[in-house]
Amino acid sequence: MSRTENEMNSPEGINPTQKAVTGIPALAKTATQRETSATSSVLERIRQTQPRSSRFPDATFRAVILITAISVFAIVVFVAWELIDKSRLSLHQFGLSFFYGHDWDPVNEVFGAVPFIYGTLVSSFLALLIAIPLSVGVAVYITEMCPVRLRAIIAFLVELLAAIPSVIYGLWGIFVLAPLLRVYVEPFLAKTLGWTGFFSGPMYGLGMLAAGIILSIMVIPIIASITREVLTAVPQSQREAVLALGATRWEMIRMGVLRNARIGIIGGIILGLGRALGETMAVTMVIGNRPEISQSLFAGGYTMASVIANEFTEATGDVYLSALVEIGLALFIVTLIVNALARLLVWSITGGSAARARA
Amino acid sequence: MIRTLRVLLCLAVLASCAMAQTQLNGAGATFPYPMYSKWFNEYHNLHPDIQINYQSIGSGGGIRQVMAGTVDFGASDGPMTDQQMAESKVKIIHLPTVLGAVVPAYNIPGVNEELKFTPQLIADIYLGKISNWSDPAIAKVNPNVKFPNQSITVVHRSDGSGTTYIFTDYLSKVSQEWAGGPGKGTSVKWPVGMGGKGNEGVAGNIKMLPGSIGYVELIYALQNKINFGSVQNSSKTFVKASLESTTAAAAGVKMPPDFRVSITNPSGKDAYPIASFTWLLIPTHPTDKAKGKILKDFLFWMLDQGQTMTSALDYAPLPKDVVAKEKEAITKQVHD
Repeated sequence: MSRTENEMNSPEGINPTQKAVTGIPALAKTATQRETSATSSVLERIRQTQPRSSRFPDATFRAVILITAISVFAIVVFVAWELIDKSRLSLHQFGLSFFYGHDWDPVNEVFGAVPFIYGTLVSSFLALLIAIPLSVGVAVYITEMCPVRLRAIIAFLVELLAAIPSVIYGLWGIFVLAPLLRVYVEPFLAKTLGWTGFFSGPMYGLGMLAAGIILSIMVIPIIASITREVLTAVPQSQREAVLALGATRWEMIRMGVLRNARIGIIGGIILGLGRALGETMAVTMVIGNRPEISQSLFAGGYTMASVIANEFTEATGDVYLSALVEIGLALFIVTLIVNALARLLVWSITGGSAARARA
Repeated sequence: MIRTLRVLLCLAVLASCAMAQTQLNGAGATFPYPMYSKWFNEYHNLHPDIQINYQSIGSGGGIRQVMAGTVDFGASDGPMTDQQMAESKVKIIHLPTVLGAVVPAYNIPGVNEELKFTPQLIADIYLGKISNWSDPAIAKVNPNVKFPNQSITVVHRSDGSGTTYIFTDYLSKVSQEWAGGPGKGTSVKWPVGMGGKGNEGVAGNIKMLPGSIGYVELIYALQNKINFGSVQNSSKTFVKASLESTTAAAAGVKMPPDFRVSITNPSGKDAYPIASFTWLLIPTHPTDKAKGKILKDFLFWMLDQGQTMTSALDYAPLPKDVVAKEKEAITKQVHD
């Protein structure tokens, strides 16, 4: 079958987009589907015209790639299986009451995970609350408003934040941030916003607020660099179109750039949230390590990762150890749920099309 | 090509020479790590073909590893329970090595004097019943000190630790309410307070938070220059922790044959009430006979020369009668 024959015979006639297509009927509706079917038919053609000697290496290559793809999934399944297996003792003893119990008493062997789940979620969301405006702002500044010469320097400095080890953040938190909060920031917040109930109680400097701030600093470089890339990828034509309609600079950024990039920004936020949920060392040094739920952000809290890091090495007693592994399982589940919710959010914004949601 | 091969061959021979060294592995408590580190180093200098490795992963980890037989010996700040002794695959003997003391350290703005603490006072502070430094109960015990109107910030350990075990063991003995409530353990449910990670974390928190009180090992309080107070012992004397008063605490207690004893709140005029032994957990029937012999030899060295090195590192040496009893126990019970 020659190519030109097919072009003559196809119902649409000679169509420039169908130049590469060989014998595909007009079932393909959209341009993307036409392209993918064009590519696969080309591959089919290549495979048919190949000499037999290269079929085996190709098949092997395919198998190896398939194995590596499955292995990623297999690792996740294996981790989940190990967590469930090692926490069997605790699951058996406490059942579901583990996930709504408030007590953490190693001496009397009563374990409940609620304070830790609360602490993890609150510190992470507080971190995002602070980090999102800052990092999107930094990214917008770098891509839209910054003089070209400074662009690389500022981008480099932001990414440098990600390179700092988390223990250093913890030390900085104890020796610099906590005194700053205790002496200046917390009294100020208590005076102005104390009526909300979120800024009341004794001021130690250490606590949920300090943990949220440190986490936000750790999360900013992640969100900022992904946002920057996504904003750069927005075609210049979008910006020009919005400006041509008479928009101001801020309106151009809001409607032309941010709107187009929102999927990517949300993707960056999810990655940042993932880091915040799992962060251990920096948080455990500043959060006060108090397994209690309290409305005030000045009070101490405790996260799931912190309790595992703190108590795992010294945990004598099988139920105690099993309870700690179950906390790990809880962290795993919380991370999965949060990521799933975020992914659902992305899909709802993009109108449910999985193909278009490829960020 | 030939040259590369020759170099590799030489390296392989050297490596195999290095591997001719005997290596013993131990794991456990963090508190005595500096002391053990020095001892193993000195022993290696005396016997260059013997290398003893020690990983300070925590008392709980040490107990687990030696019970499972994955290490040649373990170390713990708290003795194993009867249940653990029964469950262990390996039969273990506890041998005390040094003594440590836990002190109440504080940071009160404007107060530089040494404070006195009664057992009831410490228990009430940690139970949350006394929450301000100007409380009359504190003033009654310290009449000559002017206290500011500052709320007490209690600091405790967030990680499981032998230091916590010693402190809560003491509190359980002196306070019924504590024994019935949080109880004693390497990790407990603290009624009040902030958690710091490690002795360093607690010391750091105390230095940073005005009006705070916490418990740390004596060494950390001395080296970080934090104020710490004296504690009233069972003879109603206020004793400040020091190497001498710590050793005196051990002298006031009858040592059981298996060496698993708590020496908190002992009798004795000069005894410091919050002190404890730290133990090495030695298998009595080692599977590797050669290693067992080396370990036995090290233990005898530790009880003689090793004890002279303790004061330089601010650890209290064992009392003489305990040393004698240990030597007897090693000879009789540790087989090789």
